[in-house]
Amino acid sequence: MASVSAKDTRQQAERQAREDLRRVWEPISEAEFGFAEARHLLWRAGVGGTPGQIAAVAGLGPERAVDYLLESPDVRDESPAADEFDRNIMRPYNQQEEQMAAQARRTRDEDTLARLRAMRQQAQGQDRRQMREIQRWWLRRMIETPRPLEEKMTLFWHGHFATSYRTIEDSYHMYMQNQRFRKHALGSYKQLMREIIRDPAMLAYLDNNDSRKGSPNENLARELMELFSMGVGTYSERDIKEGARALTGYTFRDDEFVFDRENHDGGRKRIFGRTANFDGDGFVDGILAQRATGDFITRKLYEFFVGDLPEDMRDASPAVDSVLGKMRLTFVRSGYAMKPLLRELLLSRHFYSEDVRGQRIKSPTELVVGGVRELRTPVRDLSALLDAMDLMGQSLFFPPSVAGWPGGRTWINTSTMFVRQNTLAFLLTGRRPGGADALADRQPYEPGPIMDQLRTALGDGDDQHIVESVLTYTLGRQPTHAMDALRGPLAGRGGARDGEALRDMLLLVTAMPEYQLC
Amino acid sequence: MDLHDSKAFTRRAFLGRGMMLASASLAAPGFVQGAALGLPSPSAMLSSLAGVPEDRVLVVVQLSGGNDGLNTVVPYGMDEYYRARRGIGIGRQQVLELDSSQGIGLHPALESMKELYDAGMCSIFQGVGYPNPNRSHFKSMDIWHTADTSGTGEGWIGRYLDSECVGFGKGESGTLEGSPPAVSIGRDTPLAMQGMKVKPVSFESAEVFRWLGEDHDRALKGTYDQLNRREQASASASNADFLTKTALDAQVSSDLIRQAVSTRPLVEYPGNGLARQLAMISQMIRAGLKTRIYYATLGGFDTHAGQGGPNGRHAQLLRQMATSIQAFYRDLKAQGNDSRVMTLTFSEFGRRVSQNASGGTDHGTAAPMFLFGPMVRPGVHGTHPSMRDLDGGDLKHTLDFRHVYSGVLDTWMGADADAILGRRYRPALVLGRS
Repeated sequence: MASVSAKDTRQQAERQAREDLRRVWEPISEAEFGFAEARHLLWRAGVGGTPGQIAAVAGLGPERAVDYLLESPDVRDESPAADEFDRNIMRPYNQQEEQMAAQARRTRDEDTLARLRAMRQQAQGQDRRQMREIQRWWLRRMIETPRPLEEKMTLFWHGHFATSYRTIEDSYHMYMQNQRFRKHALGSYKQLMREIIRDPAMLAYLDNNDSRKGSPNENLARELMELFSMGVGTYSERDIKEGARALTGYTFRDDEFVFDRENHDGGRKRIFGRTANFDGDGFVDGILAQRATGDFITRKLYEFFVGDLPEDMRDASPAVDSVLGKMRLTFVRSGYAMKPLLRELLLSRHFYSEDVRGQRIKSPTELVVGGVRELRTPVRDLSALLDAMDLMGQSLFFPPSVAGWPGGRTWINTSTMFVRQNTLAFLLTGRRPGGADALADRQPYEPGPIMDQLRTALGDGDDQHIVESVLTYTLGRQPTHAMDALRGPLAGRGGARDGEALRDMLLLVTAMPEYQLC
Repeated sequence: MDLHDSKAFTRRAFLGRGMMLASASLAAPGFVQGAALGLPSPSAMLSSLAGVPEDRVLVVVQLSGGNDGLNTVVPYGMDEYYRARRGIGIGRQQVLELDSSQGIGLHPALESMKELYDAGMCSIFQGVGYPNPNRSHFKSMDIWHTADTSGTGEGWIGRYLDSECVGFGKGESGTLEGSPPAVSIGRDTPLAMQGMKVKPVSFESAEVFRWLGEDHDRALKGTYDQLNRREQASASASNADFLTKTALDAQVSSDLIRQAVSTRPLVEYPGNGLARQLAMISQMIRAGLKTRIYYATLGGFDTHAGQGGPNGRHAQLLRQMATSIQAFYRDLKAQGNDSRVMTLTFSEFGRRVSQNASGGTDHGTAAPMFLFGPMVRPGVHGTHPSMRDLDGGDLKHTLDFRHVYSGVLDTWMGADADAILGRRYRPALVLGRS
């Protein structure tokens, strides 16, 4: 009897485990979707929100909220005009200049050569200034956008197809690439793969403009598989060599992609075990047909939206394993479309589970943009914010390598911890993170509107209640030690109606180690 | 519902506010046997230097913008120099002579450096560069920082720190174990110091290496400390616990460093940016921090126009460098720490041999590199690049900078230079009397 009962129990447990596993990918119900869940959704699929925005998203219910983020309704075309940035700063020589330079080289006309060099160096200086303008433009755009998921995915693709201005030194190409990422932010990964092998910034960054028939450069072919699609160890050295041949002649002139037939190797190549006269598109199609591609991109998206994965995937929990499998299936079946995958993920119970919520370390961009959006602080000075982000390890358009930003815990060390705290203090008080008090921004931060929204969303009450509400909205949790500590600054002051006291409390909350999480 | 900031994100709003042009910044003692030190040997054998404490320190001074090597160590004995530099050349009578047989001397603004040289505390490597020189500031700087001609990967100091596993100790508040492995004084963290595992601490002034919220209201500091100085009984593997621990480490480091630099230096420093940085470094050394590497920067060397000759902009920069370093060593000597500290200077490139039409010089190639300290091998080393055999108007380097890195890593830091640099570069002789 006893053994039958033990067997029953075991079977029951297994059934339960299967059932639990099935449920992780089920959509969250209307009833389970409250303020905390809406807050989580806005942080992960956007860059945080005010209490009013969180309450509005909660009111929509999960399905409509996710659709709202994915479809970004009622929006105008916000693309900057074609003349917003100067495309000609780093233009190549025109024919006349080319002849002049050639002539000067031939006759060793040092004066002319020196003049041309000086012109070039002057242009480089001007272009660095334009790059800085473009950085400010994007940061402001992220802060102000009504379509946060689109900007977030643009940032994802920038980190994924990482290209650095440091190497290519052409700000307009960086800008064009950024617009490309935005255009396809929630579109098709397949389309992006086809376009990235035609993107001037990428072609320059990975030296494909020097890749010719007979002497192919393998840089792009290698990274296309190792970092942009399949992951290391899933292809052969031969795939790289032959893939590089397929990409020969993919180059650019000025701002345009050029397929240079003369320098393209049109011969037969053997890639992933198939032989044909592959060109770049054929190579990309081959990559997209590999199982590794779905696995790799799915894992990267999981880490961006959900949480860190173990270095060895065998250490992943059954729930995570199951979710990754479901994600891959949806992704591949849709022909690598982003929306079906993100819709299922952002609605899944797994996405809202306790193991996931409030466990991810904010990137510098999320911290800064999210700080302004969530607390509605003045934007202060975009250049100071960019400097601070650089100190935190994330300079937009300057990823540290083709592998992008490693993210996660690498964002955090004793140095960046203070920069993070002080940047939030700058947003709240106007005191510069660099410490120069004379330059302080005197515009005061008014927490009033935020607190009104918070009261509407979570009710009015005593100091204890205010602290609870503020922690729920800023941290998504209420650590006991913080509850006790934070009542201090409110004590003896005007409570929720005292703007100074509330700003002081926010100053402390944003300096908590836990504020680095979302 | 509206998910954006109160002001609509329109093109007009963009043009009105987004395009405002803000500032465009992107912005003697211990005598050492030559024989023991001069020979390249396995680093393990060199972990001890007679008369030098084990905890040796390297200070890197970056001269940003491309220092004009030819007007720093002047080849006054070569007529080509004067032909190429009719406006900005330094006259024979003005140079501070180093070596009359080679016909080279220092720019007259480098008097302090000459004094260090005469005291045997300055080592000059001539014609330092690398193959296929890149004339882009960014790229060439990255090449020097990574010690790799592709300019990619981790920094050379970062790799050193990784290889030595020099990280934060598990120090309690107030102990020197909380010392950061490397400290950079400046607005950003140099690529050179970025490792895979070890990340340096960087700050413009120690005054901001702390929470600035307390300046707003002192009364908040107590609560801040409660939230940031939390000892955990048992730390889990969660990100939250990791952050709590790092926050505590940050408080400990901050206490240590700010206490260190709050003291007055033992000597007067000149009033310039580099001097201020070196004074801070000197105070941290004096306080006994276990930090092995410090990084300081002097910018402004991109002298395309009006760089001047014996006087002028370039002269000013050189004077700042030399007087700061001299004060630094006086200070270190007063502390009794001078023999523990070696200082290395570099710039991303030198400048072209011929001056341009604007009384300046454009981006060039090879330039001298300096080492300072009582332990360095004094003198002028290597060969000055030919002023006749040029490469498109630029000097051809005679020494790859990685030999100097190799020498410093190998003999001064006692590290495995080959592993750190990714291949073998015969270590340049950097220590001892020749």
